[in-house]
Amino acid sequence: MNHDSYPDAYIREILDSCRVIAMVGASANTVRPSYFVLKYMLEKGYRVIPVNPGQAGKDILGQRVYASLSDIPEPIDMVDIFRASEAADGIVDEALALEPRPKVIWMQLSVRNDEAAAKAEAAGLKVVMNRCPKIEYGRLSGEIAWAGVNRRTVSSKRPVLSGGGFQRLGLGKGRTSN
Amino acid sequence: MSEDHVPGFNTLSIHAGAQPDPTTGARATPIYQTTSFVFEDVDHAASLFGLQAFGNIYTRIGNPTCAVLEERVAALEGGTAALAVASGHAAQLIVMHTLLQPGDEFIAGTQLYGGSINQFNHAFKKFDWHVAWADSTDVSSFEKAVTPKTKAIFIESVANPGGVVVDIEGIAQVARRAGVPLIVDNTLASPYLCRPFEHGADIVVHSATKFLGGHGNSIGGVIVDGGTFNWMREGRYPTLSEPCESYQGMVLGETFGNFAFAIACRVLGLRDLGAALSPFNAFLLVTGIETLSLRMDRHCANAVAVAEFLSSHPKVAWVSYSGLPGDRYHALQQKYCPKGGGAVFTFGVKGGYDAGVKVVSNVQLFSHLANIGDTRSLIIHPASTTHRQLSDQQKTSAGAGPDVIRVSIGIEDKEDIIADLDQALASA
Repeated sequence: MNHDSYPDAYIREILDSCRVIAMVGASANTVRPSYFVLKYMLEKGYRVIPVNPGQAGKDILGQRVYASLSDIPEPIDMVDIFRASEAADGIVDEALALEPRPKVIWMQLSVRNDEAAAKAEAAGLKVVMNRCPKIEYGRLSGEIAWAGVNRRTVSSKRPVLSGGGFQRLGLGKGRTSN
Repeated sequence: MSEDHVPGFNTLSIHAGAQPDPTTGARATPIYQTTSFVFEDVDHAASLFGLQAFGNIYTRIGNPTCAVLEERVAALEGGTAALAVASGHAAQLIVMHTLLQPGDEFIAGTQLYGGSINQFNHAFKKFDWHVAWADSTDVSSFEKAVTPKTKAIFIESVANPGGVVVDIEGIAQVARRAGVPLIVDNTLASPYLCRPFEHGADIVVHSATKFLGGHGNSIGGVIVDGGTFNWMREGRYPTLSEPCESYQGMVLGETFGNFAFAIACRVLGLRDLGAALSPFNAFLLVTGIETLSLRMDRHCANAVAVAEFLSSHPKVAWVSYSGLPGDRYHALQQKYCPKGGGAVFTFGVKGGYDAGVKVVSNVQLFSHLANIGDTRSLIIHPASTTHRQLSDQQKTSAGAGPDVIRVSIGIEDKEDIIADLDQALASA
């Protein structure tokens, strides 16, 4: 995978197929980006499990926090890394030791570790780096257009409302975007 | 269309930002003529106010019709995001309000729209923001104007009214060395003729009133974020790099990645200064943009024909149009605006101030008014109108001396445009 530029279909397939996300570095501070992403992905119907040793045993947005990936008592589809790039190596090692293994390693905006990515890809996992799942979900659903953001795509298809709401758009599973 | 095919300029002009309406399927962009939007529930409202969800609250902060204009201009300029506002002047005010603190300075090229010179010299002084003037035709003058208080550099890509094409790359290098963003007003060129981000600009502003809208029917402005500048470095832009008191301590620069500047302009500048664009104007502007490339091609072809006619007219002392081979700025036009030099240029009428007044009084097809970038051909004598309030020296350095006539060539038949100027000059 070219980690400088991801095809929309690659990101869409990941967001479509993953339901359980472990978020390493999730913050309880309501103005931190990791809290935003946690809240947004929960609203979009994902199960998001916070991982943060300092908050272990407490709840963030009603979700029990674990100290490490290996403490999570259920299978996870995706590990979202909200930590410094150097920390990604160890987190990928932890993820690869899980049984069953997650399918995706996602590193947040500004987080990039090519060695860790190569290791995960060699083990058959998909990797995304230096991207935010909230921004990508907002871009592919069309919601982020309300904020004047350039989605770098055009479409003559009607956006799909999600969750029975009117100010929430979804990915429209099973449809092509263009 | 395959996912990785990058749409071309004409396709983006028509489609960027505008999918069918999610609730009705309406294909043209609906005019969401409403002040406010209901929340789905209390949690949704809290998420919107906390910037944790994307959605609409109040048209002073965002509106779905205005959002189509925003994404479309961002796509055409190659930026990451945009913000539509009430006017080009509002765009400049909000950009500077986001970048500057009281006591800060910015550098601007003197070759600017007269209204911008006023705004920078007088209105901004009341905010304790200080403009240092440089010469847009001399890159070294920008280097010399840099001080530790400099926070931005501002230029027009094609300068109004003189037809000057500015060396964007040279000035971008000065900005980079100074560690400040380069702001380019791309109004006269439009993104069809020039894309400043490709030459090192960090922020683009537009008076959408002009060629983007193109029909002289709506005032509007757009701010485009290039996504290129690192706002978190050195803490020189605290609006982006410091915790924001009115958003519970959020740091906008780390929360919104490479479109943080556009978001800051919206959720602080537009929210607090209030210069919102009307959804109806946004609709007219997005409709205008659909034909931008067709209009610009005709504008430029007509402008060349008119400039050639004037160059050989006995009552014309000089013509300043970068689209003419041999013009002082022709080489820069070929580099930065290879599809054409635009539709706005100046010429000098023999007989000075009085002759200039006569020409603008005698036209029959041209409209004598203070605008540019209309389908109609427009004419003005800057010394007696737009630049009247400037000193004689400021007038001359802004390209608005006593004999100067500015024209904005429309998309009528070129023979009719030329015939009108011919008769107006004959009676001057």
